[in-house]
Amino acid sequence: MLLIACPWCGERDELEFHYGGQAHVAYPADPEGLSDAEWGEYLFVRDNPKGPFAERWSHAAGCRRWFNVVRHTVTHQILASQSNHPVAAGQPKPVIA
Amino acid sequence: MTQSHRLPDGGRVDRSAPLRFTFDGVAYTGLRGDTLASALLANGVLHVAPSLYRRRPRGIATAGAEEPNALVQVDGPCSEPMLLATTIELYEGLSAAGLAGLGRLDPTPDQAVHDKMHIHTDVLVVGAGPAGLAAALAAGRCGARVVLVDDQPELGGSLLAGRESIDGRPALDWVAEARTELAAQVDTRILTRSTAIGYHDHNYLLVAERRTDHLGPQPVPGISRQRLWHIRARRVVLATGAHERPMVFAGNDLPGVMSAAAVRAYLNRYAVLPGRRPVVLTTNDHAYATALDLVAAGAQVAALVDTRPEPPADLVNSARGAGIEVHTGSAVVGTRGHDRVSAVRIAELDADDVISGPVREVACDLLAVSGGWSPAVHLWSQSQGTTRYDDDLAAFVPAQAAQNVVSVGAALGVLDLAGCLGGGFAAGVEAADLAGFPSTAPSVPPTSVDRPPARPRPVWLVPGETGDPSEWSDHFVDLQRDATVADVQRAIRAGMRSVEHIKRYTTIGTAHDQGKASGVSATGVIARLLGARSPGEVGTTTYRGPYVPVSFALLAGRERGALFDPVRTTAIHPWHVEHGAVFENVGQWKRPWYYPRPGESTAAAVERECRAAREGVAVMDASTLGKIDVIGPDAGEFLNRVYTNAFAKLAVNSARYGVMCRADGMVLDDGVTLRLAADHYIMTTTTGNAAGVLDWLEEWLQTEWPELRVRFTSVTEQWATVAVVGPRSREVIAALAPDLDVSNDAFPFMTARETRLASGVAARICRISFSGELAFEINVAGWYGLATWESVIRAGGPLGITPYGTETMHVLRAEKGYPIIGQDTDGTVTPQDLGMEWVVSQRKPFIGKRSFRRADTARGDRRQLVGVLPADPAVLLPEGAQLVADAEASVPTRALGHVTSSYRSAALGRTFALALVAGGRERLGETVYAPLPDGVIAATITDPVLYDPKGTRRDG
Ligand SMILES: [Zn+2]
Repeated sequence: MLLIACPWCGERDELEFHYGGQAHVAYPADPEGLSDAEWGEYLFVRDNPKGPFAERWSHAAGCRRWFNVVRHTVTHQILASQSNHPVAAGQPKPVIA
Repeated sequence: MTQSHRLPDGGRVDRSAPLRFTFDGVAYTGLRGDTLASALLANGVLHVAPSLYRRRPRGIATAGAEEPNALVQVDGPCSEPMLLATTIELYEGLSAAGLAGLGRLDPTPDQAVHDKMHIHTDVLVVGAGPAGLAAALAAGRCGARVVLVDDQPELGGSLLAGRESIDGRPALDWVAEARTELAAQVDTRILTRSTAIGYHDHNYLLVAERRTDHLGPQPVPGISRQRLWHIRARRVVLATGAHERPMVFAGNDLPGVMSAAAVRAYLNRYAVLPGRRPVVLTTNDHAYATALDLVAAGAQVAALVDTRPEPPADLVNSARGAGIEVHTGSAVVGTRGHDRVSAVRIAELDADDVISGPVREVACDLLAVSGGWSPAVHLWSQSQGTTRYDDDLAAFVPAQAAQNVVSVGAALGVLDLAGCLGGGFAAGVEAADLAGFPSTAPSVPPTSVDRPPARPRPVWLVPGETGDPSEWSDHFVDLQRDATVADVQRAIRAGMRSVEHIKRYTTIGTAHDQGKASGVSATGVIARLLGARSPGEVGTTTYRGPYVPVSFALLAGRERGALFDPVRTTAIHPWHVEHGAVFENVGQWKRPWYYPRPGESTAAAVERECRAAREGVAVMDASTLGKIDVIGPDAGEFLNRVYTNAFAKLAVNSARYGVMCRADGMVLDDGVTLRLAADHYIMTTTTGNAAGVLDWLEEWLQTEWPELRVRFTSVTEQWATVAVVGPRSREVIAALAPDLDVSNDAFPFMTARETRLASGVAARICRISFSGELAFEINVAGWYGLATWESVIRAGGPLGITPYGTETMHVLRAEKGYPIIGQDTDGTVTPQDLGMEWVVSQRKPFIGKRSFRRADTARGDRRQLVGVLPADPAVLLPEGAQLVADAEASVPTRALGHVTSSYRSAALGRTFALALVAGGRERLGETVYAPLPDGVIAATITDPVLYDPKGTRRDG
């Protein structure tokens, strides 16, 4: 079982997390402007490297935050863990009116 | 019986504590400190059970977890199969029987408690022999948190079996001092009788601790029988020792052929003399100590056979000085005896392992064999560490680590005591340093074994006196599997070359012992038969956990029976129980399935409940529906993006049915969302999908649209929901909520009203229908759920209000053609496939919209939701039945689709079903066939809405 460092909660057992697949695959800004092939690429095609892999995890049984991890797919060594949330990134907290 | 083979003194056994036991129905006596195996040997019993396939006699061969033969079944309130006589601690009254390879599973429920513990540590040391103890001492002195794990009842490892000295004193004095020091360290935990069984990712290890097995078979109040430790360690030190290998020669399976190290353990640790006239066969230095200890114990060692032409002179001289005849450059090439070895046949071997001289027969009653030492690399390999073959050691040793782990001592191939202590100290200090506790290593005290052993001469395959390998069917490679050199040769002749293939072809290494002692010997035989230069060219098979067999009870721990899985119940659950509901599991929820009256069948109860909902008034506990608060100024915008239809302009106090899709356009979930305020919606989800939908919303908000000001909170448990359904439901609501104008004009369909019930409880009442009938949902704080339900029952009493369960709910919704996501859909179904084009907005973007233009999603022959009416209105189609166009088609044939829901309908007066059928909406009126084992069912495809297609009943 992996030991994953949540940027908000620290190191926790893998079973507290849900896997979210490859990181940095943004939802296309204009899906309607894409060809079928381009849209199919977004839907179905992901990298599968042997080595470092940037992927998303959600601390589902903890703080519920999504964050990114760089994991070596052979050794499972976790090389980096970071939040993409503005608060964790030092940006101002969003205001709820 | 007397203990005929017990030595008069010595050993780690308690002579003041005799223990009575029976084996195969015969009564014996042993001593506290014995294993079942040592107690049997003390009584002269060597034979355990015949072998599994060839029924050959087999005896105790080792003194530990690597034992291939001595399988037993231990009696008790729940009898335990497949235990090893060599690892069972003797207790008063123990009763066991030998097993020929197969145990019997006792059907009696096991009343013993098994549990689990989860701990973190800086340093985990596996093995408490000299290297492990040294590592634990050094790490503990630095201040690191240390866990020391060992499978024996007392610390010391190999030192328990020997007569070594450390610092001029018996080595076990040093062990006792180490134990005292470790026990005094506040952050050191010692786990004895504990076997590390698994080494998983990120230094996560499982350790099986036997807490009461040594006390007897009865559960001990207040103490779990066994405990599974889940240990996360910053650094792991593996001091798991080494296994002595057997040798492969003709007749090597006879009882009395035993590991030389085990013989030494029986002598020194258990004060048992396994044979009075032994022969010792070795490839290395180690067995000389066994030979000398045998002489010291009064045995007449008939011969010491060393495969090496020139063993170290001092060893040979000390053996000869003790009166032992030493045969160098020789091997045992055969045995004599029926149920026990009575003689061995000794011959010289040339440099190519070919018999090169006359064969001499020497009478004996025990053959102590040391085929060399294999580091116990099992946990190392499980951690994904690599091994390499070391020619000097003739063994596979740890090479490249894959995790934060180091091997020390014999587990690394270090076989001298000084090297073990020095390596242990260094590893302990290094481990503590890595965990943030720097220090320097203690100096190594002088020991009696300061010199590494001389180079061994492994003879992987001792030739038979006649024939060739294909005929050597008494040269055993795996005793438990009865697999021989002839079997390996047959595998090679069949074309196998890989050790993994040969393992599977011959089943070598697949028994309970997983080839712990014999695995590398098997590799040696394979290498020899393949003509490889060394076993290193062949390699080992994969080492997999668990290291020793463990019971399912241990793995289950407390998660049995009622604690197997959490059970979720609603606030109204006690009423359902009291009124005889039959429950079904929906996820972790217990939901009333139906409420049978005394003597009433399931079908009759469901028909009665359906009739009440269609003709009078009925009530259902809908509290399990997932409920999510969606709050924030951008809540409407967010819902617009995740639902296929629009929510941003929904009026306050209005509700709307919504469908959400994945990006690929397939339906993910559906439900009704209600707007409570400009910035507050409450979403409902399918009961089983609530957690998944909340995750889905969070994913899109956090990873794609963090600029949206909206937050989600699960409020499923906070609300109790009572659905009041049927043409007379309005009368019940009017009685319950006197302040509310319940007329259709004042309170139209798909709206909500906040009110105070006659009981004084604040409620939100919605006009939502999942049945097509006039219906209301009363939502109150969970605290008031039961009281509100009871007040509904009272208010509806004069109208004959009828509680109904999920089965009736399913029938009612299916009659209206409403799909259930996850039952009528399977992740390959679009809203259009469900006939819900009306719910798909053409004007706004939403998740999945682009996919509806993909060629595959837009094609006309996709499977679509339709109704299916069996030709015989009494026949019920089974859910899951495949539908084909041609009743006569020979199989295999292409299915048009399958039945997703199927019920008997009181309202329709017949059976009906929903199905997904290719191009289904173009097939209305066509006949399809369900080919089933009992015959073919013909049915007609119809529109899915079979009841009140014009929706005339919705407003009462
Ligand atoms: Zn977290």
